[in-house]
Amino acid sequence: MAVEMLSYIERHSPVHRLTGVTKLICFMIWSSIAMLTYDTRVLTFLFLVSIGVFIISKVKLREVAFVLLFILFFLMINNLAIYVFSPQEGVRIYGTSHVLVDIGGGRYSLTLEQLFYQFNVTLKYFTVIPAAILFIVTTNPSEFAASLNRIGVSYRISYAVALALRYIPDIQRDFRNISMSQQARGIDMSRKEKLPKRIKNAASIIIPLILSSLDKIEIISNAMELRGFGKNKKRTWYRARPFQKIDIITIILFVLILIVSLYVTFHDGNRFYNPFS
Amino acid sequence: MKRKNLSIKTIVAIGIGSAVFAILGRFAAIPTGVPNTNFDTSYGFLALMAVVFGPIAGGLIGLIGHALKDAIFYGTPWWSWVIVSGIVGFLIGLVSKKINIEAGSFTVKQIILFNVVQIIVQAIGWFGIAPTLDVLIYAEPVNKVYIQGLVAGGLNMVTVAVLGTLLLSIYAKSRSQSGSLTKDV
Repeated sequence: MAVEMLSYIERHSPVHRLTGVTKLICFMIWSSIAMLTYDTRVLTFLFLVSIGVFIISKVKLREVAFVLLFILFFLMINNLAIYVFSPQEGVRIYGTSHVLVDIGGGRYSLTLEQLFYQFNVTLKYFTVIPAAILFIVTTNPSEFAASLNRIGVSYRISYAVALALRYIPDIQRDFRNISMSQQARGIDMSRKEKLPKRIKNAASIIIPLILSSLDKIEIISNAMELRGFGKNKKRTWYRARPFQKIDIITIILFVLILIVSLYVTFHDGNRFYNPFS
Repeated sequence: MKRKNLSIKTIVAIGIGSAVFAILGRFAAIPTGVPNTNFDTSYGFLALMAVVFGPIAGGLIGLIGHALKDAIFYGTPWWSWVIVSGIVGFLIGLVSKKINIEAGSFTVKQIILFNVVQIIVQAIGWFGIAPTLDVLIYAEPVNKVYIQGLVAGGLNMVTVAVLGTLLLSIYAKSRSQSGSLTKDV
C-alpha cells in the first residue's frame, strides 16, 4: 500500500542529460514567469513549450498520472470556490460584462469575463505543473543538493535538503509501521472515527514518530561529526557535473523566454491580457 | 548567518525535520471541508522543532519541508504558503531564547508565553501575509483567500496550541532536568 509520490525516474533523454544546475535555474525562471504573468498569450505559449519538453523527456504520462489526477481535482475545487466567493471577479478585472447566463440578474450571473478569468487561473497552473513535475522526476536528488550549492546556497543548507530527500522514504515507512501497530491496538486515524477522537488518535501516532526522529537526528549528527562534516569552507559533491554546451544554450534560451514573456505581459501596463476591450 | 556557522546538529535537524514535516503534512493532516485547508498536525511539529533548535532551523524546516511536501506529493509548490510556513517557523523559533527546553522544564508561564507568541505569529502569517501573497501572485479573489487564510490559520493555531504544547512538555520531560543531580556527602 505504498502511497505514491513523485521521485527520480532514470531515463536516457536530453532533459535528463542537462545538469541539475541548469534544470534548477530553468525551473526558477519558469516559475517566476508563471507567477508574474496573467497574459493568456504568454501562458498558452509556456504551456505548449512545457508539453513539448515533457515529450522530449520520455517520461510517461502514466508514471505521473496519480499526481495529475490529484491536481485536476484540486483545480476543480479551487475553481468552484473562486466562483462561489467571487462570481464577478472577471468583470472587475477586465472592466466589461458580457452576461452569458442570467441568473436573476444577480451576483451569480455567468459572464464571459468570469469564464475567461477562471480559464486563465487554470492555465496558470497548467504552465507550472508539467515543469515542476519534470524537474522532480528528471533530477537526481543528490545532484539537486549539489546544484543548490552551486547557485549560491550554503553547502550546509544544501546538505540539509539532501538529508530531507534521503529520509522522506524512511520516515514514510516509519509512519506506516507506527500507524499499523497502533491500528492493531484499535487506534484508528481514518475517517471512520469522529473528528475529536481522530485528532487524539493522530497524536498517538505522531508522538512516537517524532521521538524516534529526534533520536535519528542525534545519531546522524554524531556520524557526521565523526566524519568531520563542516570543517572546511567548501565541500565537493559526488554527483556534481560540469556544464556542457547544451546547458549554456538552454539557459540562454530560458532567459530569452523570460525577457520576451515579461515584455509581452507588461508592455501595455497590465499583467492581464484583455480581449474584451 | 555569516558570523556563525550552523552547527551539525542544526543542519541534521533541518534535514530530518523537513522530512518529518512533509510526511506529517501529507499523511497526518485531517481535512476540514473548506477547500485546501486541513487540520494540519505538521505545524505542531514545526513549533516543537522551532523551540528546540531555534529560529533558523524553524524557518528552514517550514520552508524546505513545505516546498518538498508540495513538490513530491502535489506536483507543484504553492509558493505563497511555503513562504509563510518559513516565516511562522522562524518567528516561533525566536521564543526559544526565553524557553530553555533543554533544561527539562516547561512551566505554566512558559506555556502561556509560547502560546501567546504562536498565536500572534500565526495571525500575522496566515491572516495577513499568506492571503496577500495569494492575491499578488495568483490574483485570486480577495474574499476567498482571506477566508481560506482565516480557516487555515485558526486551525493551525489550535493545532499548535494543543499538539505543540503537548509535544513540548513531552520533550521537556525527556530531558534530564538541570540541577537534578545532588551530591552525596
